[in-house]
Amino acid sequence: MATFTNRKYIFSKGIDQYFIGVKSAYSFVALFFKEAFKRPFHFREVLNQSFEVGLKSLPLITLTGFIVGVVFTKQSRPSLEDFGAASWLPSLIGIAIVRALGPLVTALICAGKVGSSIGAELGSMKVSEQIDAMEVSAINPFKYLVVTRVLATTITIPVLAMYCSCVGLYGSYVNVHAEETTSLVTFYQSAFSSISFLDIFTSVAKAIIYGFTIGIVGAYKGFNATQGTRGVGKAANQAVVLSMFLIFLEELVIVQVANWIRYF
Amino acid sequence: MEELKNHIINYNEAVISISGLYKSFGDLDVLKGIDFELFKGENVAILGKSGTGKSVLIKIIIGLLKPDKGEVIVLGKHVDKLERKELDTLRLRIGFSFQNSALYDSMNVYQNLAFPLTMNIKNLSKNQVKNEVEEVLEAVGLEDKINQLPSDLSGGQRKRIGIARTLILKPEIMLYDEPTSGLDPVTSEEIIELINDVQEKYNTSSIIITHDLTCAKNTGNRTAMLLDGRFFKIGTFDEVFDTEDEQVKGFYNYNFIQ
Repeated sequence: MATFTNRKYIFSKGIDQYFIGVKSAYSFVALFFKEAFKRPFHFREVLNQSFEVGLKSLPLITLTGFIVGVVFTKQSRPSLEDFGAASWLPSLIGIAIVRALGPLVTALICAGKVGSSIGAELGSMKVSEQIDAMEVSAINPFKYLVVTRVLATTITIPVLAMYCSCVGLYGSYVNVHAEETTSLVTFYQSAFSSISFLDIFTSVAKAIIYGFTIGIVGAYKGFNATQGTRGVGKAANQAVVLSMFLIFLEELVIVQVANWIRYF
Repeated sequence: MEELKNHIINYNEAVISISGLYKSFGDLDVLKGIDFELFKGENVAILGKSGTGKSVLIKIIIGLLKPDKGEVIVLGKHVDKLERKELDTLRLRIGFSFQNSALYDSMNVYQNLAFPLTMNIKNLSKNQVKNEVEEVLEAVGLEDKINQLPSDLSGGQRKRIGIARTLILKPEIMLYDEPTSGLDPVTSEEIIELINDVQEKYNTSSIIITHDLTCAKNTGNRTAMLLDGRFFKIGTFDEVFDTEDEQVKGFYNYNFIQ
Protein backbone atom coordinates (compact mmCIF):
# COMPACT_ATOMS: atom_id res chain seq x y z
CA MET A 1 0.00 0.00 0.00
CA ALA A 2 2.80 2.33 0.97
CA THR A 3 4.61 1.59 -2.31
CA PHE A 4 1.44 2.25 -4.29
CA THR A 5 0.91 5.62 -2.53
CA ASN A 6 4.52 6.49 -3.12
CA ARG A 7 4.26 5.65 -6.84
CA LYS A 8 1.08 7.67 -7.08
CA TYR A 9 2.89 10.58 -5.47
CA ILE A 10 5.83 10.29 -7.89
CA PHE A 11 3.40 10.12 -10.83
CA SER A 12 1.42 13.19 -9.73
CA LYS A 13 4.66 15.03 -8.99
CA GLY A 14 5.79 14.23 -12.55
CA ILE A 15 2.57 15.65 -13.97
CA ASP A 16 2.95 18.76 -11.79
CA GLN A 17 6.52 19.23 -13.03
CA TYR A 18 5.38 18.83 -16.64
CA PHE A 19 2.75 21.56 -16.35
CA ILE A 20 5.11 23.83 -14.41
CA GLY A 21 7.60 23.37 -17.26
CA VAL A 22 4.98 24.19 -19.91
CA LYS A 23 3.93 27.32 -18.02
CA SER A 24 7.53 28.40 -17.57
CA ALA A 25 8.27 27.89 -21.30
CA TYR A 26 5.13 29.79 -22.24
CA SER A 27 6.10 32.71 -19.95
CA PHE A 28 9.60 32.70 -21.48
CA VAL A 29 8.22 33.00 -25.03
CA ALA A 30 5.72 35.67 -23.95
CA LEU A 31 8.54 37.63 -22.29
CA PHE A 32 10.53 37.45 -25.53
CA PHE A 33 7.72 39.13 -27.50
CA LYS A 34 7.28 41.71 -24.75
CA GLU A 35 10.97 42.60 -24.61
CA ALA A 36 11.70 42.37 -28.36
CA PHE A 37 9.59 45.43 -29.16
CA LYS A 38 10.67 47.53 -26.19
CA ARG A 39 13.59 49.95 -26.06
CA PRO A 40 16.59 49.82 -25.81
CA PHE A 41 17.36 47.76 -28.94
CA HIS A 42 20.77 46.10 -29.00
CA PHE A 43 21.30 46.17 -32.80
CA ARG A 44 25.05 45.73 -32.56
CA GLU A 45 24.67 42.57 -30.45
CA VAL A 46 22.07 41.19 -32.89
CA LEU A 47 24.60 41.79 -35.67
CA ASN A 48 27.38 40.09 -33.68
CA GLN A 49 25.19 37.08 -32.98
CA SER A 50 24.03 36.91 -36.63
CA PHE A 51 27.69 36.76 -37.59
CA GLU A 52 28.23 33.93 -35.08
CA VAL A 53 25.22 31.99 -36.35
CA GLY A 54 25.54 32.75 -40.05
CA LEU A 55 29.10 33.05 -41.15
CA LYS A 56 30.43 30.39 -38.81
CA SER A 57 27.81 27.84 -39.96
CA LEU A 58 28.45 28.55 -43.64
CA PRO A 59 31.17 25.92 -44.34
CA LEU A 60 29.13 23.13 -42.72
CA ILE A 61 25.92 24.19 -44.51
CA THR A 62 27.78 24.36 -47.84
CA LEU A 63 29.24 20.89 -47.48
CA THR A 64 26.03 19.29 -46.22
CA GLY A 65 23.82 21.02 -48.81
CA PHE A 66 26.12 19.90 -51.63
CA ILE A 67 26.20 16.29 -50.41
CA VAL A 68 22.40 16.21 -49.99
CA GLY A 69 22.02 17.42 -53.61
CA VAL A 70 24.41 14.79 -54.97
CA VAL A 71 23.04 11.89 -52.92
CA PHE A 72 19.37 12.70 -53.54
CA THR A 73 19.98 12.90 -57.29
CA LYS A 74 21.93 9.62 -57.28
CA GLN A 75 19.15 7.86 -55.37
CA SER A 76 16.30 9.26 -57.50
CA ARG A 77 17.77 8.68 -60.98
CA PRO A 78 17.29 4.86 -61.22
CA SER A 79 13.62 5.02 -60.18
CA LEU A 80 12.84 7.80 -62.65
CA GLU A 81 14.74 5.97 -65.42
CA ASP A 82 12.61 2.87 -64.78
CA PHE A 83 9.55 4.94 -65.64
CA GLY A 84 11.32 6.70 -68.55
CA ALA A 85 11.06 10.00 -66.70
CA ALA A 86 14.77 10.85 -66.24
CA SER A 87 14.16 14.28 -67.84
CA TRP A 88 11.97 15.13 -64.85
CA LEU A 89 14.93 14.78 -62.49
CA PRO A 90 15.74 18.54 -62.18
CA SER A 91 12.09 19.33 -61.41
CA LEU A 92 11.87 16.59 -58.78
CA ILE A 93 15.11 17.70 -57.16
CA GLY A 94 14.00 21.36 -57.28
CA ILE A 95 10.72 20.62 -55.51
CA ALA A 96 12.31 18.31 -52.94
CA ILE A 97 15.18 20.63 -52.07
CA VAL A 98 13.35 23.97 -52.06
CA ARG A 99 10.18 22.71 -50.38
CA ALA A 100 11.64 20.38 -47.80
CA LEU A 101 15.31 19.44 -47.73
CA GLY A 102 16.94 22.90 -47.82
CA PRO A 103 15.15 24.34 -44.77
CA LEU A 104 15.07 21.03 -42.89
CA VAL A 105 18.76 20.18 -43.35
CA THR A 106 19.76 23.76 -42.40
CA ALA A 107 17.53 23.66 -39.34
CA LEU A 108 18.89 20.31 -38.16
CA ILE A 109 22.49 21.42 -38.61
CA CYS A 110 21.84 24.72 -36.84
CA ALA A 111 19.95 22.95 -34.02
CA GLY A 112 23.10 20.90 -33.42
CA LYS A 113 25.63 23.67 -33.93
CA VAL A 114 23.90 26.90 -32.88
CA GLY A 115 21.23 25.58 -30.47
CA SER A 116 23.76 23.67 -28.40
CA SER A 117 26.17 26.59 -28.40
CA ILE A 118 23.46 29.02 -27.16
CA GLY A 119 22.36 26.50 -24.50
CA ALA A 120 25.91 25.89 -23.31
CA GLU A 121 26.95 29.56 -23.38
CA LEU A 122 23.94 30.85 -21.46
CA GLY A 123 24.01 27.83 -19.17
CA SER A 124 27.61 28.49 -18.24
CA MET A 125 26.84 32.20 -17.72
CA LYS A 126 23.94 31.22 -15.48
CA VAL A 127 25.86 28.80 -13.24
CA SER A 128 28.87 31.13 -12.95
CA GLU A 129 26.55 34.01 -11.90
CA GLN A 130 27.42 36.14 -14.95
CA ILE A 131 23.71 36.58 -15.64
CA ASP A 132 23.18 37.75 -12.05
CA ALA A 133 26.16 40.09 -12.50
CA MET A 134 24.35 41.73 -15.44
CA GLU A 135 21.17 41.95 -13.43
CA VAL A 136 22.86 43.74 -10.50
CA SER A 137 24.58 46.14 -12.94
CA ALA A 138 21.08 47.28 -14.02
CA ILE A 139 21.41 45.53 -17.40
CA ASN A 140 18.43 43.42 -18.47
CA PRO A 141 20.07 40.03 -19.21
CA PHE A 142 16.97 38.66 -20.92
CA LYS A 143 16.99 41.50 -23.41
CA TYR A 144 20.74 41.50 -23.94
CA LEU A 145 21.31 37.74 -24.09
CA VAL A 146 18.04 36.08 -25.09
CA VAL A 147 16.31 38.59 -27.37
CA THR A 148 19.47 39.27 -29.40
CA ARG A 149 20.25 35.57 -29.92
CA VAL A 150 16.70 34.60 -30.84
CA LEU A 151 16.46 37.50 -33.31
CA ALA A 152 19.80 36.49 -34.80
CA THR A 153 18.72 32.88 -35.41
CA THR A 154 15.30 33.98 -36.72
CA ILE A 155 16.91 36.33 -39.24
CA THR A 156 19.93 34.24 -40.24
CA ILE A 157 18.55 30.72 -40.57
CA PRO A 158 16.14 31.59 -43.47
CA VAL A 159 19.10 33.11 -45.34
CA LEU A 160 21.16 29.99 -44.66
CA ALA A 161 18.24 27.78 -45.76
CA MET A 162 17.98 29.59 -49.11
CA TYR A 163 21.73 29.32 -49.54
CA CYS A 164 21.59 25.60 -48.65
CA SER A 165 18.87 25.05 -51.30
CA CYS A 166 21.01 26.75 -53.97
CA VAL A 167 24.09 24.70 -53.02
CA GLY A 168 21.96 21.53 -52.95
CA LEU A 169 20.72 22.24 -56.46
CA TYR A 170 24.30 22.83 -57.58
CA GLY A 171 25.29 19.46 -56.07
CA SER A 172 22.46 17.88 -57.99
CA TYR A 173 23.61 19.63 -61.19
CA VAL A 174 27.15 18.27 -60.72
CA ASN A 175 25.73 14.75 -60.58
CA VAL A 176 23.38 15.29 -63.52
CA HIS A 177 26.20 16.86 -65.55
CA ALA A 178 28.38 13.80 -64.96
CA GLU A 179 25.69 11.58 -66.51
CA GLU A 180 24.40 13.78 -69.32
CA THR A 181 25.43 17.06 -70.96
CA THR A 182 23.12 19.62 -69.39
CA SER A 183 24.17 23.24 -68.90
CA LEU A 184 23.85 24.88 -65.48
CA VAL A 185 21.30 27.43 -66.79
CA THR A 186 19.12 24.74 -68.35
CA PHE A 187 19.28 22.68 -65.17
CA TYR A 188 18.29 25.61 -62.93
CA GLN A 189 15.54 26.70 -65.37
CA SER A 190 14.15 23.19 -65.39
CA ALA A 191 14.42 22.87 -61.59
CA PHE A 192 12.68 26.21 -60.94
CA SER A 193 9.98 25.69 -63.61
CA SER A 194 7.99 23.49 -61.24
CA ILE A 195 8.50 25.68 -58.15
CA SER A 196 5.69 28.10 -57.36
CA PHE A 197 5.63 31.27 -55.26
CA LEU A 198 3.85 29.29 -52.52
CA ASP A 199 6.81 26.86 -52.38
CA ILE A 200 9.29 29.69 -51.88
CA PHE A 201 7.01 31.43 -49.39
CA THR A 202 6.45 28.23 -47.38
CA SER A 203 10.14 27.45 -47.44
CA VAL A 204 11.06 30.90 -46.05
CA ALA A 205 8.24 30.83 -43.48
CA LYS A 206 9.38 27.38 -42.34
CA ALA A 207 12.96 28.53 -41.97
CA ILE A 208 11.85 31.57 -39.95
CA ILE A 209 9.87 29.32 -37.59
CA TYR A 210 12.79 26.86 -37.32
CA GLY A 211 15.19 29.75 -36.61
CA PHE A 212 12.95 31.08 -33.87
CA THR A 213 12.56 27.58 -32.38
CA ILE A 214 16.32 26.94 -32.32
CA GLY A 215 17.05 30.31 -30.69
CA ILE A 216 14.29 30.24 -28.10
CA VAL A 217 14.81 26.59 -27.08
CA GLY A 218 18.60 27.06 -26.72
CA ALA A 219 18.12 30.28 -24.74
CA TYR A 220 15.38 28.78 -22.53
CA LYS A 221 17.43 25.72 -21.65
CA GLY A 222 20.58 27.78 -21.01
CA PHE A 223 18.83 30.52 -19.08
CA ASN A 224 17.26 27.96 -16.74
CA ALA A 225 20.33 25.77 -16.28
CA THR A 226 21.04 24.55 -12.74
CA GLN A 227 23.40 22.08 -11.01
CA GLY A 228 26.75 23.57 -12.06
CA THR A 229 28.79 22.18 -14.95
CA ARG A 230 26.53 19.12 -15.19
CA GLY A 231 23.64 21.48 -15.78
CA VAL A 232 25.53 23.21 -18.62
CA GLY A 233 25.99 19.90 -20.46
CA LYS A 234 22.37 19.02 -19.83
CA ALA A 235 21.18 22.39 -21.13
CA ALA A 236 23.20 22.01 -24.35
CA ASN A 237 21.97 18.46 -24.86
CA GLN A 238 18.32 19.28 -24.18
CA ALA A 239 18.52 22.33 -26.46
CA VAL A 240 19.48 20.06 -29.38
CA VAL A 241 17.04 17.24 -28.64
CA LEU A 242 14.03 19.45 -27.97
CA SER A 243 14.61 21.81 -30.90
CA MET A 244 15.05 18.87 -33.33
CA PHE A 245 11.84 17.30 -32.03
CA LEU A 246 9.96 20.60 -32.40
CA ILE A 247 11.39 21.16 -35.90
CA PHE A 248 9.94 17.82 -37.11
CA LEU A 249 6.63 18.60 -35.43
CA GLU A 250 6.54 22.03 -37.09
CA GLU A 251 7.48 20.48 -40.46
CA LEU A 252 4.46 18.19 -40.18
CA VAL A 253 2.08 21.04 -39.36
CA ILE A 254 3.46 23.45 -41.98
CA VAL A 255 3.30 20.84 -44.75
CA GLN A 256 -0.35 20.16 -43.88
CA VAL A 257 -1.18 23.86 -43.88
CA ALA A 258 0.73 24.48 -47.17
CA ASN A 259 -1.06 21.57 -48.86
CA TRP A 260 -4.39 22.83 -47.61
CA ILE A 261 -3.62 26.28 -49.11
CA ARG A 262 -2.34 24.71 -52.34
CA TYR A 263 -5.52 22.73 -52.98
CA PHE A 264 -7.97 25.21 -51.51
CA MET B 1 42.61 54.25 11.49
CA GLU B 2 39.60 52.98 13.49
CA GLU B 3 38.83 56.52 14.67
CA LEU B 4 39.09 57.88 11.13
CA LYS B 5 36.69 55.18 9.91
CA ASN B 6 34.21 55.84 12.72
CA HIS B 7 34.35 59.54 11.96
CA ILE B 8 32.71 59.11 8.53
CA ILE B 9 29.81 56.99 9.83
CA ASN B 10 26.50 58.76 10.24
CA TYR B 11 24.52 56.74 12.78
CA ASN B 12 21.41 58.85 12.17
CA GLU B 13 21.07 57.80 8.55
CA ALA B 14 20.34 54.15 7.77
CA VAL B 15 21.02 53.30 4.11
CA ILE B 16 19.68 49.76 4.54
CA SER B 17 16.92 48.92 6.95
CA ILE B 18 15.59 45.36 7.31
CA SER B 19 12.84 44.22 9.64
CA GLY B 20 11.16 40.86 10.19
CA LEU B 21 12.75 39.24 7.13
CA TYR B 22 11.90 35.62 6.39
CA LYS B 23 13.02 33.48 3.48
CA SER B 24 12.72 29.78 2.84
CA PHE B 25 13.42 27.44 -0.09
CA GLY B 26 10.85 24.64 -0.14
CA ASP B 27 10.86 23.10 3.32
CA LEU B 28 14.14 24.72 4.29
CA ASP B 29 13.77 27.89 6.37
CA VAL B 30 16.90 29.96 5.73
CA LEU B 31 16.17 33.36 7.25
CA LYS B 32 13.88 33.39 10.28
CA GLY B 33 13.26 36.97 11.29
CA ILE B 34 16.17 39.27 10.44
CA ASP B 35 16.26 42.81 11.81
CA PHE B 36 19.22 44.91 10.74
CA GLU B 37 20.36 48.42 9.87
CA LEU B 38 23.40 49.60 7.90
CA PHE B 39 24.36 53.21 8.52
CA LYS B 40 25.88 55.65 6.08
CA GLY B 41 29.63 55.26 5.82
CA GLU B 42 29.99 52.08 7.89
CA ASN B 43 31.23 48.60 7.06
CA VAL B 44 29.35 45.71 8.64
CA ALA B 45 30.82 42.22 8.45
CA ILE B 46 28.25 39.43 8.57
CA LEU B 47 29.71 36.18 9.84
CA GLY B 48 28.23 32.75 9.82
CA LYS B 49 28.78 29.16 8.80
CA SER B 50 28.14 28.00 5.24
CA GLY B 51 24.44 27.60 4.48
CA THR B 52 23.21 30.01 7.15
CA GLY B 53 21.76 32.38 4.55
CA LYS B 54 24.40 35.14 4.43
CA SER B 55 24.45 35.30 0.63
CA VAL B 56 20.65 34.96 0.49
CA LEU B 57 20.42 38.08 2.65
CA ILE B 58 22.46 40.29 0.30
CA LYS B 59 20.71 38.82 -2.75
CA ILE B 60 17.42 39.96 -1.20
CA ILE B 61 18.90 43.40 -0.54
CA ILE B 62 19.80 43.84 -4.23
CA GLY B 63 16.52 42.34 -5.45
CA LEU B 64 17.87 39.09 -6.94
CA LEU B 65 15.62 37.13 -4.54
CA LYS B 66 12.23 38.03 -3.14
CA PRO B 67 11.62 37.79 0.61
CA ASP B 68 8.73 35.64 1.87
CA LYS B 69 7.92 38.12 4.60
CA GLY B 70 9.38 41.31 6.02
CA GLU B 71 10.50 44.73 4.92
CA VAL B 72 13.73 45.62 3.09
CA ILE B 73 14.32 49.33 2.61
CA VAL B 74 17.41 50.35 0.66
CA LEU B 75 18.21 54.06 0.21
CA GLY B 76 14.60 54.84 1.12
CA LYS B 77 13.00 52.36 -1.33
CA HIS B 78 11.11 49.14 -0.56
CA VAL B 79 13.14 46.78 -2.75
CA ASP B 80 10.51 44.05 -3.16
CA LYS B 81 7.85 46.54 -4.26
CA LEU B 82 9.84 48.23 -7.03
CA GLU B 83 9.09 47.93 -10.76
CA ARG B 84 11.93 46.73 -13.01
CA LYS B 85 12.93 50.27 -14.05
CA GLU B 86 12.94 51.62 -10.50
CA LEU B 87 14.88 48.59 -9.30
CA ASP B 88 17.49 49.18 -12.03
CA THR B 89 17.83 52.83 -10.96
CA LEU B 90 18.38 51.68 -7.38
CA ARG B 91 20.86 48.99 -8.46
CA LEU B 92 23.02 51.65 -10.08
CA ARG B 93 23.63 52.96 -6.55
CA ILE B 94 24.63 49.54 -5.20
CA GLY B 95 27.77 47.55 -6.03
CA PHE B 96 27.72 43.76 -5.72
CA SER B 97 30.97 41.82 -5.63
CA PHE B 98 30.35 38.12 -6.28
CA GLN B 99 32.07 35.27 -4.47
CA ASN B 100 33.51 33.87 -7.71
CA SER B 101 33.87 37.39 -9.24
CA ALA B 102 31.40 36.52 -12.07
CA LEU B 103 33.53 38.26 -14.70
CA TYR B 104 32.22 37.92 -18.27
CA ASP B 105 34.66 35.34 -19.59
CA SER B 106 34.17 36.22 -23.26
CA MET B 107 35.30 39.82 -22.60
CA ASN B 108 38.73 41.13 -21.62
CA VAL B 109 39.27 43.26 -18.52
CA TYR B 110 38.66 46.54 -20.37
CA GLN B 111 35.40 45.27 -21.87
CA ASN B 112 34.29 43.83 -18.52
CA LEU B 113 34.69 47.23 -16.89
CA ALA B 114 33.35 49.31 -19.78
CA PHE B 115 30.25 47.12 -20.27
CA PRO B 116 28.14 48.30 -17.28
CA LEU B 117 29.18 51.87 -17.97
CA THR B 118 28.28 51.99 -21.66
CA MET B 119 25.06 50.03 -21.13
CA ASN B 120 23.83 52.44 -18.46
CA ILE B 121 25.21 55.82 -19.47
CA LYS B 122 24.55 56.78 -23.06
CA ASN B 123 26.59 59.20 -25.17
CA LEU B 124 29.89 58.63 -23.41
CA SER B 125 32.86 59.20 -25.70
CA LYS B 126 35.48 56.46 -26.12
CA ASN B 127 37.96 58.64 -24.22
CA GLN B 128 35.61 59.13 -21.29
CA VAL B 129 35.03 55.38 -21.02
CA LYS B 130 38.77 54.73 -21.23
CA ASN B 131 39.48 57.29 -18.50
CA GLU B 132 36.85 55.80 -16.19
CA VAL B 133 38.18 52.28 -16.75
CA GLU B 134 41.76 53.38 -16.10
CA GLU B 135 40.69 55.20 -12.93
CA VAL B 136 39.05 52.15 -11.35
CA LEU B 137 41.85 49.87 -12.49
CA GLU B 138 44.29 52.22 -10.75
CA ALA B 139 42.09 52.11 -7.63
CA VAL B 140 42.44 48.31 -7.50
CA GLY B 141 46.08 48.39 -8.61
CA LEU B 142 45.75 46.37 -11.81
CA GLU B 143 46.38 48.93 -14.58
CA ASP B 144 48.66 46.50 -16.43
CA LYS B 145 45.95 43.82 -16.82
CA ILE B 146 43.66 45.93 -19.01
CA ASN B 147 43.86 43.70 -22.10
CA GLN B 148 43.88 40.32 -20.38
CA LEU B 149 41.07 37.80 -20.36
CA PRO B 150 39.60 36.74 -16.98
CA SER B 151 40.96 33.22 -17.55
CA ASP B 152 44.50 34.65 -17.52
CA LEU B 153 44.06 36.26 -14.08
CA SER B 154 44.74 34.80 -10.64
CA GLY B 155 41.93 34.40 -8.07
CA GLY B 156 42.94 37.57 -6.22
CA GLN B 157 43.18 39.58 -9.45
CA ARG B 158 39.73 38.37 -10.50
CA LYS B 159 38.30 39.52 -7.17
CA ARG B 160 39.92 42.94 -7.65
CA ILE B 161 38.56 43.29 -11.19
CA GLY B 162 35.13 42.22 -9.88
CA ILE B 163 35.31 45.02 -7.31
CA ALA B 164 36.54 47.47 -9.97
CA ARG B 165 33.55 46.59 -12.15
CA THR B 166 31.20 47.62 -9.37
CA LEU B 167 33.15 50.79 -8.58
CA ILE B 168 32.89 52.08 -12.14
CA LEU B 169 29.24 53.02 -11.49
CA LYS B 170 30.26 54.92 -8.31
CA PRO B 171 27.99 53.05 -5.89
CA GLU B 172 26.92 54.35 -2.48
CA ILE B 173 26.54 50.86 -1.03
CA MET B 174 28.88 47.90 -1.56
CA LEU B 175 27.86 44.31 -0.95
CA TYR B 176 30.79 41.88 -0.81
CA ASP B 177 30.01 38.15 -0.98
CA GLU B 178 32.91 36.19 0.57
CA PRO B 179 35.64 38.54 -0.71
CA THR B 180 38.52 36.49 0.71
CA SER B 181 37.27 32.95 0.13
CA GLY B 182 39.70 30.70 -1.71
CA LEU B 183 42.60 33.17 -1.37
CA ASP B 184 45.96 32.76 0.36
CA PRO B 185 46.57 34.88 3.51
CA VAL B 186 48.71 37.48 1.70
CA THR B 187 46.16 38.03 -1.08
CA SER B 188 43.36 38.05 1.51
CA GLU B 189 45.20 40.83 3.32
CA GLU B 190 45.41 42.81 0.06
CA ILE B 191 41.66 42.41 -0.53
CA ILE B 192 40.95 43.53 3.07
CA GLU B 193 43.06 46.64 2.44
CA LEU B 194 41.20 47.26 -0.80
CA ILE B 195 37.81 47.05 0.96
CA ASN B 196 38.97 49.62 3.50
CA ASP B 197 40.41 51.83 0.74
CA VAL B 198 37.10 51.70 -1.15
CA GLN B 199 35.22 52.75 1.99
CA GLU B 200 37.56 55.71 2.44
CA LYS B 201 37.98 56.81 -1.17
CA TYR B 202 34.42 56.28 -2.42
CA ASN B 203 32.70 56.91 0.95
CA THR B 204 30.65 53.74 0.59
CA SER B 205 28.61 51.86 3.17
CA SER B 206 29.30 48.14 2.93
CA ILE B 207 28.12 44.73 3.98
CA ILE B 208 30.87 42.13 3.92
CA ILE B 209 29.62 38.55 3.95
CA THR B 210 32.38 36.27 5.18
CA HIS B 211 33.30 33.30 7.31
CA ASP B 212 36.86 34.60 7.62
CA LEU B 213 37.31 36.16 11.07
CA THR B 214 40.43 38.10 10.05
CA CYS B 215 38.46 39.73 7.24
CA ALA B 216 35.53 40.51 9.56
CA LYS B 217 37.79 41.95 12.25
CA ASN B 218 39.78 44.16 9.88
CA THR B 219 37.00 45.44 7.63
CA GLY B 220 33.91 45.72 9.81
CA ASN B 221 33.14 48.72 11.99
CA ARG B 222 30.49 46.38 13.35
CA THR B 223 30.19 42.60 13.17
CA ALA B 224 26.99 40.58 13.00
CA MET B 225 26.88 36.86 13.72
CA LEU B 226 24.24 34.88 11.84
CA LEU B 227 23.13 31.69 13.58
CA ASP B 228 20.19 29.49 12.63
CA GLY B 229 18.58 32.13 10.41
CA ARG B 230 18.76 34.96 12.96
CA PHE B 231 21.38 37.45 14.11
CA PHE B 232 22.87 36.11 17.32
CA LYS B 233 24.52 39.43 18.13
CA ILE B 234 25.47 42.68 16.37
CA GLY B 235 28.24 44.86 17.80
CA THR B 236 31.99 45.29 17.67
CA PHE B 237 34.02 42.20 16.83
CA ASP B 238 35.07 41.73 20.46
CA GLU B 239 31.52 42.22 21.74
CA VAL B 240 30.17 39.53 19.43
CA PHE B 241 32.73 36.96 20.53
CA ASP B 242 32.53 37.84 24.22
CA THR B 243 30.06 35.02 24.80
CA GLU B 244 29.67 31.62 26.37
CA ASP B 245 27.60 30.30 23.43
CA GLU B 246 29.17 27.03 22.34
CA GLN B 247 28.39 27.49 18.61
CA VAL B 248 29.94 30.97 18.50
CA LYS B 249 32.96 29.94 20.53
CA GLY B 250 33.41 26.90 18.31
CA PHE B 251 33.28 29.09 15.20
CA TYR B 252 35.88 31.47 16.69
CA ASN B 253 38.26 28.75 17.83
CA TYR B 254 38.02 26.80 14.57
CA ASN B 255 38.81 29.90 12.50
CA PHE B 256 41.81 30.98 14.50
CA ILE B 257 43.23 27.50 14.85
CA GLN B 258 42.93 27.20 11.07
